[in-house]
Amino acid sequence: MDAPANRTVQSVGQGREGELLEVAMGPQHPSTHGVFRMDVVLDGETVVKLKPVFGYLHRNHEKIAENTSYLGSMPYTDRLDYFCSLSNNWAYALSVEKLAGLQVPERAEYIRLITAELTRVLNHTCLAGFLLQDMGALGTPLMYAFREREKILDLIESLTGARMMCNYMRFGGCRCDLPPGWLDEAKKVVAEYPKFLDEFDALLSGNEILMARTQGVGKLSAELAISAGITGPMLRASGVDYDLRKVDNYGIYSRYPFRVPLGDHGDVYDRYMIRMLEMRESLKILEPALNDIPDGPVVDPKAKLRGFRPKPGEAYGRIESPKGELGFHLISDGSPNPYRYRVRPPSLINLTILEDMCLGQTIADAVITLGSVDIVLGEVDR
Amino acid sequence: MPLETLEQILARAGAAVPGAQLSLVKNDSPCAQHSLAVDVEHAYAVAQFLRDDPQLRLDYCSNVTGVDYLDAELSEKVKVKKLVDGVEKEVEEVKKTQRAGYLEAVYHLYSMALKHGPVILRQRTPGRADPVRVTSLTPLWRSAEFQEREVFDLYGVLFDGHPDLRRILMWDGFKDYPMRKDYVEPDDYEYEPTPHDEVLARAKAHQAAQEVGA
Repeated sequence: MDAPANRTVQSVGQGREGELLEVAMGPQHPSTHGVFRMDVVLDGETVVKLKPVFGYLHRNHEKIAENTSYLGSMPYTDRLDYFCSLSNNWAYALSVEKLAGLQVPERAEYIRLITAELTRVLNHTCLAGFLLQDMGALGTPLMYAFREREKILDLIESLTGARMMCNYMRFGGCRCDLPPGWLDEAKKVVAEYPKFLDEFDALLSGNEILMARTQGVGKLSAELAISAGITGPMLRASGVDYDLRKVDNYGIYSRYPFRVPLGDHGDVYDRYMIRMLEMRESLKILEPALNDIPDGPVVDPKAKLRGFRPKPGEAYGRIESPKGELGFHLISDGSPNPYRYRVRPPSLINLTILEDMCLGQTIADAVITLGSVDIVLGEVDR
Repeated sequence: MPLETLEQILARAGAAVPGAQLSLVKNDSPCAQHSLAVDVEHAYAVAQFLRDDPQLRLDYCSNVTGVDYLDAELSEKVKVKKLVDGVEKEVEEVKKTQRAGYLEAVYHLYSMALKHGPVILRQRTPGRADPVRVTSLTPLWRSAEFQEREVFDLYGVLFDGHPDLRRILMWDGFKDYPMRKDYVEPDDYEYEPTPHDEVLARAKAHQAAQEVGA
């Protein structure tokens, strides 16, 4: 008989220390916000390597747009970032207006500003809800956010006829004028919104669990953010003051003073807070804009809808969409279709540094880091 | 807006990078975003100059994209003096020139530090025949990494010096480059070679062998 001292207890997993585990997270994982896959290599719970894999929703939006007329792509831009179709419409209309040299009437500029800021508010509201859902605050914060989002969607529906796929802007203006009573409804929603933000802030922003869960997680330095072309709230959370509404002064943003909130640490908490603060700034723009809106036409009478052929040339137009810099690069050869149509998707480019933010952290932190990037796969894959 | 005109940038870049073949590409649209074309060999050095020059500091590469130009016959109207019925007259004639096709990688550069831009940089390839090569600018701007991969995926432009040049939107087994202007769509959209085909073939052979055995 063997001496008991020479025996060792064999347990499951013994001798496997230090082995790496490769996990394909997604494309059908609830935390990936759509069909997106992360190939993660794990050492225990720690992320050693992370490769994002795209393309599950790819339909070659750019090729389709090059085979149709300029206006024909307008409804299709709704499907890029389907939370913010009005921002997408504006970015595309702005680029075509640059290409063809069209002017936008005053009233249309106001409508564009108002709808874009409403879109920013609803996007950030949803993001806050989704991010908390990712952290494990199941259901309740998301439903609070969706309750408020619904009020803005009602406004958008009564204006454009659709809740999400708006197809509202045209080259040189907007498709239709505001319906009667719309401004009063909008003023009411805007006036009541701070109450919801106060409630959300009181419940969550100073919450000890939320702070412990998000502070110091998914850090991004300002240098890397600039080099990687990160834009939007993510860039500003890293402390870089770059907001296209201030830098490019497109539309009529120069008429309304607003502040650009900046973060200190570039972590998940800062990204959450930046969005909460940006909503308040958006409301500050909306309030006077809803009062100042002048009467007049909503579309440039010289702009042609049918037979629209810009002269040969090219243009790159960009706006500050809620996710970041959304740009359209258009090349015209004088035909009714764009020769080259390119979308600069903020979601895709903000995703590219996911690995840098997640390395050395746990897999649960990778989930909320991804949540704080704010992606929409319709735009990432195009 | 840039602090200096594109002509001045071109002159300074040409002086800083000896041997670089720089030219100005005019843009006729009302926004007048002219661009700077650079040869593939000196693209990296010129881009580095644009990024590090204290007056420009183009630290932010916003947009990277490809453009495909097919071989084309360009026609322009020229006025020529000719003898018509013994009298010299000015006649309009259409002059035709052949332009060889090429592919282009376009970079839209901005400065976050100085808040100006865009400066547009174009790399043109000599022809469209594979392999088409340009220089990767990913070592200078991280944001070019995934966008250059996308240009490679959809246009088939190879970026020399890119750390990880793989397909990004199309699947790995895909052969063609769908954004090229001469791309022909397949007859069968659904066809995709998968390992499943081999399994089916093996199963067929197995069934056939069993039927013979029975």
